[in-house]
Amino acid sequence: MIWDWSFTLQILPVLAHAAIISIEATLLGFVIAASLGLVLAVVRIAVPWTGWTISVLVELIRSTPLLIQIFFIYFVFPKFGLVIDAFTAGVVAIGVHYAAYCSEVYRAGFDNIHRGQWEAAIALNLSAWTTFRDIIIPQAIPPIVPALGNYLVALFKETPLLSAIAVLELMQTAKIIGSETFRYTEPMTLVGLFFLAMSLVSAALIRALERLLNRRTVR
Amino acid sequence: MGIRTLVAMLVVALAVIGVLATQASYRLFLPGLLQGALLTIEIAVIGSLLAIVMGVLAALARMYGPAPLRWLATVYVEIFRGTSALVQLFWLFFVLPQFGVTLNAFLVAVLALGLNVGAYGSEVVRGAIQSVARGQWEAGTALNMSRSQMLRRIILPQAFIAMIPPWGNLFIELLKATALVSLITLTDLAFKAQQMNQTTFKTIPIFTLVLLMYLAMSLVISIGMRLLERRASLGLARGRAA
Repeated sequence: MIWDWSFTLQILPVLAHAAIISIEATLLGFVIAASLGLVLAVVRIAVPWTGWTISVLVELIRSTPLLIQIFFIYFVFPKFGLVIDAFTAGVVAIGVHYAAYCSEVYRAGFDNIHRGQWEAAIALNLSAWTTFRDIIIPQAIPPIVPALGNYLVALFKETPLLSAIAVLELMQTAKIIGSETFRYTEPMTLVGLFFLAMSLVSAALIRALERLLNRRTVR
Repeated sequence: MGIRTLVAMLVVALAVIGVLATQASYRLFLPGLLQGALLTIEIAVIGSLLAIVMGVLAALARMYGPAPLRWLATVYVEIFRGTSALVQLFWLFFVLPQFGVTLNAFLVAVLALGLNVGAYGSEVVRGAIQSVARGQWEAGTALNMSRSQMLRRIILPQAFIAMIPPWGNLFIELLKATALVSLITLTDLAFKAQQMNQTTFKTIPIFTLVLLMYLAMSLVISIGMRLLERRASLGLARGRAA
């Protein structure tokens, strides 16, 4: 028998529980990515001489595989006395990796702000921090929200990589079920379906959000 | 980032690998890692070719195909973009044999990565074709060309230029995704790194070398795509200037 429904029902609760870990990793990773990305983008504008360093750093992070970065953080950090558990290492690696992508999104958002806004802020003698907080960021963030949403979905789809350092998220749980029961069809397919469902739902949400934001800017 | 900066980064990366290789603790790992890198390159190249074929076919099917073909292409794109690359890799590796289809790990790797990136690529192809001005189609109609003639002679050559930068990004994504094949027992660069790490515990040199090697490979792709773009848009730029 290729597909066993009773086995499916039996493993469903276990996988549902593991899905919570995947979602936790996604949310924590995205918080790091979104905030660190914003910091990188703001520092780049506020402190001109960092521009070159940050773009090389972003290029370095984006050009190397996330899996190797996860291994690097998980295996190399302890050598410097910084022992972290697998979940933290994975979340940090994913967060830093996507921070590089997010910082480019923010940068594009800041570039879209009209020069006159900066000049007006200078004319009003606002500090750099006030200019960012009250003028630039409120205008730059809304249009880039959908782009950030796309990276949230992309980041979510990378969480199975955490199974490589034995974090008990969806993929690792499915692998364990598979190796214990010698049935891979149901667990692997369920994991795939779960990701598909989440991606389709979030894609629809992002589209709706995009429409909402467009309506606001048009008005 | 300009092409000069990319070349400079590549030179620095290769120089650092070269300098590290002269040191006793690093020299030990280089031959094994290079061997792994060779498999990584093989998978990346064959996977990229498959991705291009799938991307173009799926895009054309979705835009101009008859209804059943259009649905099939849409299902393909949504499934491979919606599920995770690692899940696809494991599904082909572990589940397909239970349906009586056993593929070797190399074939699974190339298929999973090629199909995954191809699904993203089809959106790139679609976007590029749609970005060609409507007037170009109208001119083709005025010249009494068939739709396939217009596509082949007018639309695709122009869309091709618009496709180059996003495809470059996808090739880099594919190169990075090849690291996943180490998890289905292929002895690529990532696998060699883990293997050596487990036997020697020389974590820092091994992973530093590996990161630099992936970086160098990505930069080669970036630089290659920039050169291709420059070459492909040469006639166009000249036309615009005149």
